[in-house]
Amino acid sequence: MSQRSVPSAASAPPALHHAGPDPGAPPRLQLKGISKVYPTVVANDRVDLAVRPGEIRAILGENGAGKSTLMKIIYGVTHASAGQMLWEGREVQVANPAHARRLGIGMVFQHFSLFETLSVVENVALALPGRPALGELAQRISEVSERYGLPIDPRRHVHALSVGERQRVEIIRCLLQNPRLLIMDEPTSVLTPQAVKKLFETLRQLAAEGCSILYISHKLDEIQALCHTATVLRGGKLSGECIPAEETPQSMARLMIGKELPHCEHSAAQAGGEVRLSLAGLSHASLTPFGTDLKDIHLDVRAGEIVGIAGVSGNGQQELLRVISGEETLAEKFPVHICGVEAGSLRPGARRRLGLTFVPEERLGRGAVPDLSLTDNALLTAARGQQLVTGGFVRFGRARAFAERCIAAFNVKCGGPGAAAKSLSGGNLQKFIVGREILQAPRLFVCAQPTWGVDVGAAAFIRQSIIDLRDRGCAVLVISEELDELFEICDRIAVIAKGRLSPSRPAGETSVEDIGVWMSGLWPGSALMQAATPAYAEPLDV
Amino acid sequence: MFELEARAEPSRLMSWLSPLLAVMLMLGGGVLVFWALGKDPVEGFRVFFLNPLKDFYSLSELLLKATPLMLCAIGLAIGFRANVWNIGAEGQFMLGAAAATGVALYFDGSDSSLLLPVMIVAGALGGAAWAAIPALLRTRFNANEILVSLMLVYVAQLFVSWLVFGPWKDPDGFNFPQTRMFGDAALMPALLEGTRLHYGFLLAIAVLIAGHAFMNRSFAGFRMRVAGAAPDAARYAGFSAARMIWVGLLLGGAAAGMAGMAEVAGPMGQLTDKVGSGYGFAAIIVAFVGRLNAFGIFLASLLMALLYIGGEQAQQYLNLPSSISMVFQGMLLFFLLGADVFINYRLRLRRRAPRSH
Ligand SMILES: Nc1ncnc2c1ncn2[C@@H]1O[C@H](COP(=O)(O)OP(=O)(O)OP(=O)(O)O)[C@@H](O)[C@H]1O
Ligand SMILES: [Mg+2]
Repeated sequence: MSQRSVPSAASAPPALHHAGPDPGAPPRLQLKGISKVYPTVVANDRVDLAVRPGEIRAILGENGAGKSTLMKIIYGVTHASAGQMLWEGREVQVANPAHARRLGIGMVFQHFSLFETLSVVENVALALPGRPALGELAQRISEVSERYGLPIDPRRHVHALSVGERQRVEIIRCLLQNPRLLIMDEPTSVLTPQAVKKLFETLRQLAAEGCSILYISHKLDEIQALCHTATVLRGGKLSGECIPAEETPQSMARLMIGKELPHCEHSAAQAGGEVRLSLAGLSHASLTPFGTDLKDIHLDVRAGEIVGIAGVSGNGQQELLRVISGEETLAEKFPVHICGVEAGSLRPGARRRLGLTFVPEERLGRGAVPDLSLTDNALLTAARGQQLVTGGFVRFGRARAFAERCIAAFNVKCGGPGAAAKSLSGGNLQKFIVGREILQAPRLFVCAQPTWGVDVGAAAFIRQSIIDLRDRGCAVLVISEELDELFEICDRIAVIAKGRLSPSRPAGETSVEDIGVWMSGLWPGSALMQAATPAYAEPLDV
Repeated sequence: MFELEARAEPSRLMSWLSPLLAVMLMLGGGVLVFWALGKDPVEGFRVFFLNPLKDFYSLSELLLKATPLMLCAIGLAIGFRANVWNIGAEGQFMLGAAAATGVALYFDGSDSSLLLPVMIVAGALGGAAWAAIPALLRTRFNANEILVSLMLVYVAQLFVSWLVFGPWKDPDGFNFPQTRMFGDAALMPALLEGTRLHYGFLLAIAVLIAGHAFMNRSFAGFRMRVAGAAPDAARYAGFSAARMIWVGLLLGGAAAGMAGMAEVAGPMGQLTDKVGSGYGFAAIIVAFVGRLNAFGIFLASLLMALLYIGGEQAQQYLNLPSSISMVFQGMLLFFLLGADVFINYRLRLRRRAPRSH
């Protein structure tokens, strides 16, 4: 997948695979001939699946293969059009998630299912039976979060959390229910390597105690490290089963997409392009309680290069992105320059007119309006740049044509430009949004978690598109928690920790180890280095 | 026995069936009300719901009543779609009526054909100005527009009373709280000979069409839809939240103000302290029963007009208080809110939950 061979934090000693489930045990959950038909697509087509006590089974497949749909059927979020589900040998029809939880099924969703206006502890309380005392529950959350290496403050409000932190809440909420079948739909897509490592230890321990786990991920090295068995879906149908430990990532990718993985071409950056984004001593107090204040940030991004910002989620990435995009404006203009213009107090529309396009980390609800069609969602940010509006009236023909271009160019699987954004699978919506922002030919492209939830084939494609964009002379800023990804596409890498930004280093002259240490705030000359106080995240031990 | 089960997706069909269901339930409830009041339910039903439809003149009266409802409701719908909750159309209606009356009185005796258009503009401006107050307070001080716009209704009522008891009182009016009757040039011409239906109805239809175009075809309408459906996406795209609030409230106020103008320049022919007859409040129900959609609002305003006229008929022929129509309005909204649950949930028979051990 990556050119540089970056050691993955997820790799585990192969010995663990011997501690698999008892192959003779009767399955805890068995699906027989499950189908789900949507008006435009057959999301699941006669799928069989069985998982035994203590088994960790991976569900693999491209974006839109029907993985989430199948899991939602098990959890009672949607209902199968046909087929049978057996729970511990008995046929059940799961009416709703509460019913599933009573059976002992827990699920971590790909798109978060938290109430934004409530605090973490209140959200957890809602998923538990009865009425737990909040004080006690907060205590338990802190314990569990510490034990499993998923730091979270139970009193914080969910709307103020980054996606990485929200994911931790989802996982903790699920673990507190002591499930006997745990469904995890891409739980690690925005977790840091060390959090992934701890999560895997937890999952292995749960499995050893007899819990069954269904695990969806696009990260094949994780699957190899964690899962005993794998079921592969393609186009809604069962396309095969395998033992991940006996496969290579390449062979599994072949099973999933039916062809060889594409390969990223990455030539050296052009030197000496003009500065398109410049942050000059940017400081900004977070508008949300418990948010991270930005402190004295300096950064230049030049035309023709890709700069990456690494860091543990919740260290100021959100605030930084909002200040760059204009969703939060500053009182003064000078700290932010976009394409040579002082832009600190300009609003998002004005910044787009200067040539900025932006992919936010939340796709549903921020990057796209869930209930509106893809045509309407194309209109959301491309109205001006693509001349989709004349005389105040929308030219729906043009908007539709632009949406169709995004769909075709980024190979988005959907029911056409009229499909509602929320009907797309996670990875396909991500491709659509990235496509919409790249096809506007930006002068400055800012992207958070560019390949979050995207399958291996599409991830390679998106990375290549970003590199091609750079080669056409665009300045690119990528914020990601995936170090592999940053090392694969970036020319320079900086680290954000506790609201401060490290100096950047050419990607070729640094390593995952160095960046891991920097992620705790300890870079040469940093304020923390001088004060020598421990930071939010521990250093990465690779 | 039964339980509600969340649907995977809101049902489109149900969102249109739900108003019909609410109407049926309201009719059923109405029969019970007649019966409880000791009236023959069949007779009550006939007087209340069929009399207003019985002949040409009755139908023209129905359209006449529907006119201010349509105008107010379409304006409100624009704001509601963006989660701007203007509850004070009633006050904006009165201010529109007062502004139009001011123009009519100032140019009393004029026979210019420009007088009516100027009154329409004045009505719209009057309503918009009244709605600007909650908009300003909301955008400046984050004051809740629901409360502010609602409270301003009572201020508007007192203001109109002061006008008609004080400076604008008709000197030859035997001390009644009302202005002089408008001159012919300040009155809406009749649309159909022999009826009270006037050009205000055409104005309402035109505003409905314009409202439809605004909501579904214009970029401003698109921005409002996004703001209502996903505020974070609106911020991400750079749509100004303050602008939505201004647009939503000003358009709602202007439409209500025009409705007030059409009322004083139409059936009333003068301003009195009774100018606000609850159209502004009833329009909230109309907007929701009509699903915040222009065509739906057209149908819903006819229904609401029927309730108004039915109430008058019941008063006349059944000796019931005319506030009976308020009871029906209330039932309609109540049942609609109840039936709307089925947009997101379906009813199903509860199966015994499989025991887990
Ligand atoms: N509510 C819906 N209405 C219509 N189509 C839907 C709906 N939900 C899912 N689909 C379609 O079903 C197919 C399978 O979607 P699903 O979300 O299960 O994919 P996935 O395998 O989880 O993909 P990803 O890896 O991108 O998350 C997709 O083509 C999707 O567009
Ligand atoms: Mg999915």
